[in-house]
Amino acid sequence: MEMGVKMQLTNKSKQVDRKPMTFLESLYLWNIAKGMMITLKHFFRKKPTIQYPEQERPFSKVFRGLHILNRDEEGRERCTACGLCAVACPAEAITMEAAERENGEEHLYREEKYAAKYEINMLRCIFCGYCEEACPKDAIYLSQTFAPANYGRTGFIYKKGDLLIPNPVEDPEGYKKALGDKATK
Amino acid sequence: MSEQQLFKVTIDNITVEVPAGTTILQAARQVGGDVAPPAMCYYTPLEGSGGKCRTCLVEVSKGSEKDPRPMPKLVASCRTTVMDGMEVKNITSPRVKDARAGVVEFLLLNHPLDCPVCDQAGECHLQDLGYQHGSDGTRYEFKRRTFSKHNLGNYIQLHMTRCILCYRCVFTADQVTGKRVHGVLDRGDHAEIATYIEKSLDNDFIGNVIDVCPVGALTDKTFRFKNRVWFTKPVDAHCNCTKCSGKVTLWQRGNEVLRVTARKDEWGEIKKTDDGKTGWICNECRFERKNINDWIIEGPTKVSRQSVISANHYETIDKPQDTLVEVMGGRQPKMLMDIHAISDVNQPGVKLSELPGPATGKTFNKNNQQ
Repeated sequence: MEMGVKMQLTNKSKQVDRKPMTFLESLYLWNIAKGMMITLKHFFRKKPTIQYPEQERPFSKVFRGLHILNRDEEGRERCTACGLCAVACPAEAITMEAAERENGEEHLYREEKYAAKYEINMLRCIFCGYCEEACPKDAIYLSQTFAPANYGRTGFIYKKGDLLIPNPVEDPEGYKKALGDKATK
Repeated sequence: MSEQQLFKVTIDNITVEVPAGTTILQAARQVGGDVAPPAMCYYTPLEGSGGKCRTCLVEVSKGSEKDPRPMPKLVASCRTTVMDGMEVKNITSPRVKDARAGVVEFLLLNHPLDCPVCDQAGECHLQDLGYQHGSDGTRYEFKRRTFSKHNLGNYIQLHMTRCILCYRCVFTADQVTGKRVHGVLDRGDHAEIATYIEKSLDNDFIGNVIDVCPVGALTDKTFRFKNRVWFTKPVDAHCNCTKCSGKVTLWQRGNEVLRVTARKDEWGEIKKTDDGKTGWICNECRFERKNINDWIIEGPTKVSRQSVISANHYETIDKPQDTLVEVMGGRQPKMLMDIHAISDVNQPGVKLSELPGPATGKTFNKNNQQ
């Protein structure tokens, strides 16, 4: 390559015109009209925005939203506090305390061990869905809603009461609604 | 002949020299790594153990230098001694792999898949074995053998359903406690570990049966359901015990001692203490010393990188100094949320280590705290 000739990667570059503007050009009339035409064109286009709280977008089937703790068909909690979700969690958002099922609690918990306390820190959660993948008991799912906004941080510590799916025996409608599109059975 | 005779043995194309009388399994363990066959029933400190589970089967492709014929069948490496010039195939033999997959399938015929509930999960040899050598499903179509769970005294819980009849606990009771009140009753499919009449195991050293159990059949009641093994941090500690060596591993959560076990080596067997004494620990150390002040902490236990227990495991126990206050000129940082104020998990008021058995729903209710 000869010296003095600038190397170009593409042929798309244009030489900038640095001539002083003529009087007509300095009024910007044509340019303003051109800009307004673009604005006007968007009046007749389809709007990309929606009126959020009234209108909602449908989520994809694989959307990973707020967690839900599942129950079996008899309404017993499926979680046995095995800790696999917590060890799989990259954000360390899940914590739990296990307890032994006592006599007379068989209708509440499916197995002899259950999660007495189960908490997900939604401030930490990154909604990766690893907990759902790790769960051997079909107990945790990511639903198609997201965590609502809150004024305080304490509201983002979701406890078992916030996470449990409605009881299919006592509240079949609520259960069905909570299952959403994921209800396959 | 004062010098001990050394035999050359080649295992998976790696040659080692071992003294005469060594078993193939021990020779393979000297090589280490994947070459060492798994063992469910063999336990080095227990005399007479081994030969029952058949997971350690290996192929002997050359009997010895003098008689180079291969052994016709796969042999149990824990009970077969080496010969000079012997050639053994373990992971290099497709026959061994096939046989081991079959053995695992047999062991899992009656074993329940309750790992999420079982306290042994994470340090269970059958779990490891299933992952490494088993298939992903069973072909068994019949009803599984089940038993109701037994209490063997205040400290030991027996889940007979999980038992694989390795006899390790029987040997332990015979050789460590000297007085055995439990054993294997009945034959064949009905065989079970039991005390003949509902009797509690109360010898001073009987707690060691928990450590030798390769599965979750014998578990520690004082640790039952309190935490998963991989969330506890193991530290080596010792105390002055008159009955045993007092050298143990503590499994802690925060400063709480949730469980005490004997120290184990890389094969999951009781380690001898540094001065060559036996590593079995007494019941008092195992079940009753759950206060951190009872122990002198030596340092974190070395855990294999492959083990789930090593997740979030630190190499030192010294906390790094928090420099935040220093940087801020002595001011405490403003806390936006104190997690204990809102969280019900790991409450400072709940002392799991002080409970004699598993927690119940009441334990964690804030109103019910003493």
